[in-house]
Amino acid sequence: MAQGLFRIWRGSGEDASFEDYKTEVSSGMVVLDAVHQIQAESAPDLACRWNCKAGKCGSCSAEVNGMPRLMCMTRLDDLDLDQPVIIEPLQSFPHMRDLVTDVSWNFETKKKIKPFTPRKPDAPDGTWRVKQRDVERVQEFRKCIECFLCQDVCHVLRDHHKHDEFYGPRHYVYTAALDMHPLDTEDRAADLRDNGGIGYCNITKCCTKVCPEHITITDNSIIPLKERVADKFYDPLTKLFPIFRPDKPKAE
Amino acid sequence: MARADVHLPQPRSLGKTSRSDAWWSRPLVVFLGLGAFIVYGTWAAFQATNYFYLGGGADYLSPFYSPVLFDAAGHTSGHAWFGAAPSWWPGFLPAFSPAFLILWAPGGFRFTCYYYRGAYYKAFWGDPLSCAVGEPGFRGNNYRGERKLPLIFQNIHRYFLYFALAFLVILSYDAWRAMWFTTDGSGAPLPEGQKQFGVGVGTLVLLMNPILLGGYTLGCHSLRHIVAGRLNRFTGRPVRTAAYDCVSCLNRRHAVWAWMSLIWVAWADVYVRLASAGVINDIRIF
Repeated sequence: MAQGLFRIWRGSGEDASFEDYKTEVSSGMVVLDAVHQIQAESAPDLACRWNCKAGKCGSCSAEVNGMPRLMCMTRLDDLDLDQPVIIEPLQSFPHMRDLVTDVSWNFETKKKIKPFTPRKPDAPDGTWRVKQRDVERVQEFRKCIECFLCQDVCHVLRDHHKHDEFYGPRHYVYTAALDMHPLDTEDRAADLRDNGGIGYCNITKCCTKVCPEHITITDNSIIPLKERVADKFYDPLTKLFPIFRPDKPKAE
Repeated sequence: MARADVHLPQPRSLGKTSRSDAWWSRPLVVFLGLGAFIVYGTWAAFQATNYFYLGGGADYLSPFYSPVLFDAAGHTSGHAWFGAAPSWWPGFLPAFSPAFLILWAPGGFRFTCYYYRGAYYKAFWGDPLSCAVGEPGFRGNNYRGERKLPLIFQNIHRYFLYFALAFLVILSYDAWRAMWFTTDGSGAPLPEGQKQFGVGVGTLVLLMNPILLGGYTLGCHSLRHIVAGRLNRFTGRPVRTAAYDCVSCLNRRHAVWAWMSLIWVAWADVYVRLASAGVINDIRIF
């Protein structure tokens, strides 16, 4: 069996640094398998989050060879094992220990977004009738597993630390899922501009590149939301002509 | 946001990354490609000559100069909307070129395009250099993005789109005119005022131009939003829904259309310029 060299970020605070570990690798292994093997063989105190090992829980997010990835979905066969495999924690969130970061900021930020506000029910039993064609667009956004790789790679958070003024790609996807829903009545444009800082996004598409669920984050959620903000704040034509206005249903 | 015992990692310095792939290659290609286009386009706009070709009975007009509002001094292209070079052109400016009056529209459309924005922010401003690569440290917390001046003006992209759609019609008309020759297939002149349908290499060059530009312009993110993207319910709006689906289809390859149309519009200018200067002979196919 071949041996692989893994360079893993260890420690916390000022004392953290890379440490090298060797372990045997075989075909079909993923990075998380190697990390578990290293835990079992030589570093039982290596901290790392994981849960499903199937790319659906979003827990094992880390940076592998510099790119944000799910460790459980990164096959060693796809990496150059002649070079050390570099495994680091996410860079956009406070580092706790080893590969673990504090991502609680995401959950706090999500609470700031105006919730789903449906129109009056269509039927007396309190239910609605919605055409499949109308919900297709937002179904893509429901695939998000909240791994926060998009948040990690976004330079507005990663390099500029705009956490207090910027929601980040994950929460734009969430906002888009609410705002484009055919039943929703809420107007989130002002919130996106003033509190969500959508103007900070400069469309690098890095979030789309790293999404393990292949959500077209930039083109299908962020840019359409930017256009909705432009409708409300930067385009006088939307004020003059009804055809240019959004068609949000009226609230109850 | 940071808890007392945890802190955000320090941003990495310029170019610092753990990535081992050639992350620099794409921004470099964009820098060289867009840089070459800007240099060539600027040079071509200032030439004010060789922007149309009437040899061999053809009627070719460079897309860099279309529409011609006023001809350049000493030239009669047959395309000018308002006649000869304007006498009111200020003397302290460079010599008048028809391109000066129109290039702002397609230039503004591309400058504010969502695809190009992401591309040139990386390639020209290192903002960021590439995904997960350290960027210049001087911006730090002063990063403004497109939230404040000057880049807040990127929000007017849809207005440039309206001009771009008009240009698409005009350039299509130019391609149509390039199919009508004042000579027959053997090169013999037709009677005065008559034209014959024909195709030269230049015709194909000018025909491909609006096709590629159409693929780019009609896949615009703003157009996608305007036709139906701003709606939350598609049912009951078959025309707008069909338009949305068409624009979305083109939008999926927006970057590819952007580059193909950019390269072709420059090539179309090169072709007309070389033919007009007598460097190459336009071949009449039939």
